[in-house]
Amino acid sequence: MIETPTLPPLDASLPRGAALWRGLRANPLLAVGGALVLLIVVVAVLAPLIAPFPGDAGNASHPFSVLHAPSPAHWFGTDQVGRDILSRVIYGTRVSPVIAVIVLVIACAIGVPLGVAAGFLGGWVDELIMRITDIFLAFPPLLLALALASVLPASLTSLTIAIAAVWWPWYVRLLRGQAASVAGRPYVESCRALGISRRRIIFRHILPNALTPLLVQVSLDVGGVILTASALSFLGLGAQDPTPDWGLMVAEGQSYFTPDWWLVTFPGLAILVTAFAFNLLGDGLRDLLDPKRSLLL
Amino acid sequence: MNIPAGKLAIRGLEVSFGERRVVSMDELRLDHGEIVGLAGESGSGKSMTTLAILGLAHTVGATVSGSIKLDGQELTTLSPPDLRAIRGRRIAAIFQSPATAFSPVYKVGTIFTRALRLHGASKAEAADRAAEAMRQVLLAPDLLRRYPSQLSGGQLQRVAIALALALRAEILLADEPTSALDVTVQAEVLDLLRSLRESTGMSILFISHDLAVVAELCDQVVVMRGGLIVEQGPASQVLSAPTDPYTIELLESVPRLASAP
Amino acid sequence: MLVFVARRLALAVVVVVGVIVVTFAVAHLVPGDPASVWAGPHASAAQVAAARKFLGLDRPVAVQLLSYLGGILRGNWGTSIHTHRAVLSDIMTAAPATLELVITALLIAVVLGVPLGLVSARHPGRPADQLIRAGSILGVSMPVFWMALILQLIFSQKLHLLPAAGEYSPGLLFSHPLVKRTGFPVIDSILGGNGPMLGSTLVHLILPAVVVASYPAGLIARMVRAQVLDTIGDTHILNARALGFGEAQIFGRFAMKLAWPPVAAALALVFGYSLVNTFLVESIFDWPGLGSYAAASIATLDTPAILGVTLFVAIAYVVANLVVDIVQAAIDPRVRPA
Repeated sequence: MIETPTLPPLDASLPRGAALWRGLRANPLLAVGGALVLLIVVVAVLAPLIAPFPGDAGNASHPFSVLHAPSPAHWFGTDQVGRDILSRVIYGTRVSPVIAVIVLVIACAIGVPLGVAAGFLGGWVDELIMRITDIFLAFPPLLLALALASVLPASLTSLTIAIAAVWWPWYVRLLRGQAASVAGRPYVESCRALGISRRRIIFRHILPNALTPLLVQVSLDVGGVILTASALSFLGLGAQDPTPDWGLMVAEGQSYFTPDWWLVTFPGLAILVTAFAFNLLGDGLRDLLDPKRSLLL
Repeated sequence: MNIPAGKLAIRGLEVSFGERRVVSMDELRLDHGEIVGLAGESGSGKSMTTLAILGLAHTVGATVSGSIKLDGQELTTLSPPDLRAIRGRRIAAIFQSPATAFSPVYKVGTIFTRALRLHGASKAEAADRAAEAMRQVLLAPDLLRRYPSQLSGGQLQRVAIALALALRAEILLADEPTSALDVTVQAEVLDLLRSLRESTGMSILFISHDLAVVAELCDQVVVMRGGLIVEQGPASQVLSAPTDPYTIELLESVPRLASAP
Repeated sequence: MLVFVARRLALAVVVVVGVIVVTFAVAHLVPGDPASVWAGPHASAAQVAAARKFLGLDRPVAVQLLSYLGGILRGNWGTSIHTHRAVLSDIMTAAPATLELVITALLIAVVLGVPLGLVSARHPGRPADQLIRAGSILGVSMPVFWMALILQLIFSQKLHLLPAAGEYSPGLLFSHPLVKRTGFPVIDSILGGNGPMLGSTLVHLILPAVVVASYPAGLIARMVRAQVLDTIGDTHILNARALGFGEAQIFGRFAMKLAWPPVAAALALVFGYSLVNTFLVESIFDWPGLGSYAAASIATLDTPAILGVTLFVAIAYVVANLVVDIVQAAIDPRVRPA
């Protein structure tokens, strides 16, 4: 669990034990979200064992099983080259969510230091960083990611870079707010007067306090990144065949959509369920950790 | 022998949050034209009593049992529409922080006239009564065109009292109305309340943790502690010859500049 | 007030300049050498150098940037590779259809989202609330391109209730031709008194608008719920109740009045997001707007067009935020600096 820092916390820290259990019970949406996310993680980890046709996740082709409707042999049917869609959807859990995690790690790696610098140091550093951040934030995320991805060679790597490049500004803002509130407290001023290093203040006070809101923001963002990534793949700017990316699968299945509905339906459903699960989790976490809000549950 | 029923008669009132009982009141009476002081520290259940009388205890999650009678009519069993007709119109309330009593995004006058029209006044009537009430509390009627942020605490509290006046309320529940004001403004508001009682016969339930203020204004004093009434009686009696140790404690904590009444 | 507007406007201009700079930067991220591409695969070194000079690529970056900026301001947004027309003119032709779609979607979102948010806030924690919350989260988790395809399948293909594509029935072009005045089919039908066309345009709007409305509706419902719950414990609400106002007025008027500002700000946000979502939805419905243009540009890797649309949408987003900020300041005296 999160260690309570010596400064009074700016936000609530994760409740422990009984309080956590009561929180979960009072907030069924959080429980459902958490369970779904856990399920997705398990499926991703156990994919080779769960998928009926693991080979179909890659470069496979079964000319005799092309475009079969869902059946006991292929629960989700087969696609235009005969691959089992269920297996591909299962392996898809290794694509989008993993990309989302990588994107958010990069976004934090860039955004957290910049945000702390801006909030803590203030002055021209703050101004400069925030102006740049504001300009990035003037674009709806998908828009800029799209523009970036279109000038880079289409691949999952480009997609990851494009989305990360667009997502870091949100974390600068978040951390700046956290750092600025801590920096403004009288306690910190007296620390500085005593000669305690800035570094210590950052690591001992700012970062631990910021961890919880950061965690909440990340869990809220996973869903958004997954949707952005699948949108880019749908447009052809990300994953390429044979990667079992859900967005790509929907795009590929589009031309066969009218009679052969299963090519589009199941991968798309997977995107929906995954984004939904992470959003539920993030929302629930935010409610759990906001003392005022939780009273109203 | 029939004891007169009194304007507001509370009997056996219990307010609870689930298992936890916060008010357990045997008897409280407010007669016509009387000012009764309800004193006690925070958490003694004074504010919950106000909410219970208004029938609003459920909005904070509390349950109410017992009897609250207005002119003999039982309030606790009234239907919501009937209760709403009484709120404001017959029983008015003013609260502690006047700055937050009015919605910050409406002009004060808008809420004023809306409340009046809610209780049956026409547009013209509402405007007239509002202006008249404002004059009665010694405020210029065109202050109604301002936003709450543009008025001082004292002014806002007077507007709240004006509203109770304009609605022709018979009972005013004043929950710590002067606690957030400075001493001089406090005195003005108290004077105002007194003169209102003289001119309109309005009954006032004055709630405060400040026994000195209660002493100044009230006819009867009721002391509460932990949701229970520990002492009640005429002000002069309770203040000069208190019987309950808690009352004595409260009295002793009041700084005195002048000698006791 | 005037000072506020002037300051806010100045800020917006700065941001737009920044946006143009970023777009320029992205344009120059294109791997490979545009000069060689231009000169062709069999060009000699001299020809490539000449091409570079012709394209202005031999000038320092700062000069290129300024010339780009100047071009944008003069209306020269480049030429589209796949339509061979000026990008700006393509955008202007396509924009009305998209605006019509997005505005309709936002209307649907508000009409749906606000009442649902209020209902949700009325009894927090109860089944209705949980259901609406789940629904809202579903709305913001929806992959719009998938929703478009599925709705098209169900309502058009299977149930034959709604048209699959287009802005209006093509047949009507002959029987009840549409006179183009504003470029917005719905408005033009009303202006022209063209009943059948109006009916057709409205019916064709339904599916695409509902799809685009999913995200904003979910967001608005959640926001209204959160804002109302935040203020419902305030003293002025207690006061309003004590004055005898009923719950409908308490929620619908008093609490909601305080909730509008953040909701309005959210509207600016979802306006921008919805514009981008049309990129994913319009081609599915053959909707002749910016979205289809963008999707086609992406498919053909038409960089000038892609960047042109990016710039246009970003500027529209900045303008939307500006408008909302100014309107809020006009309405709420607290927002303006004293």
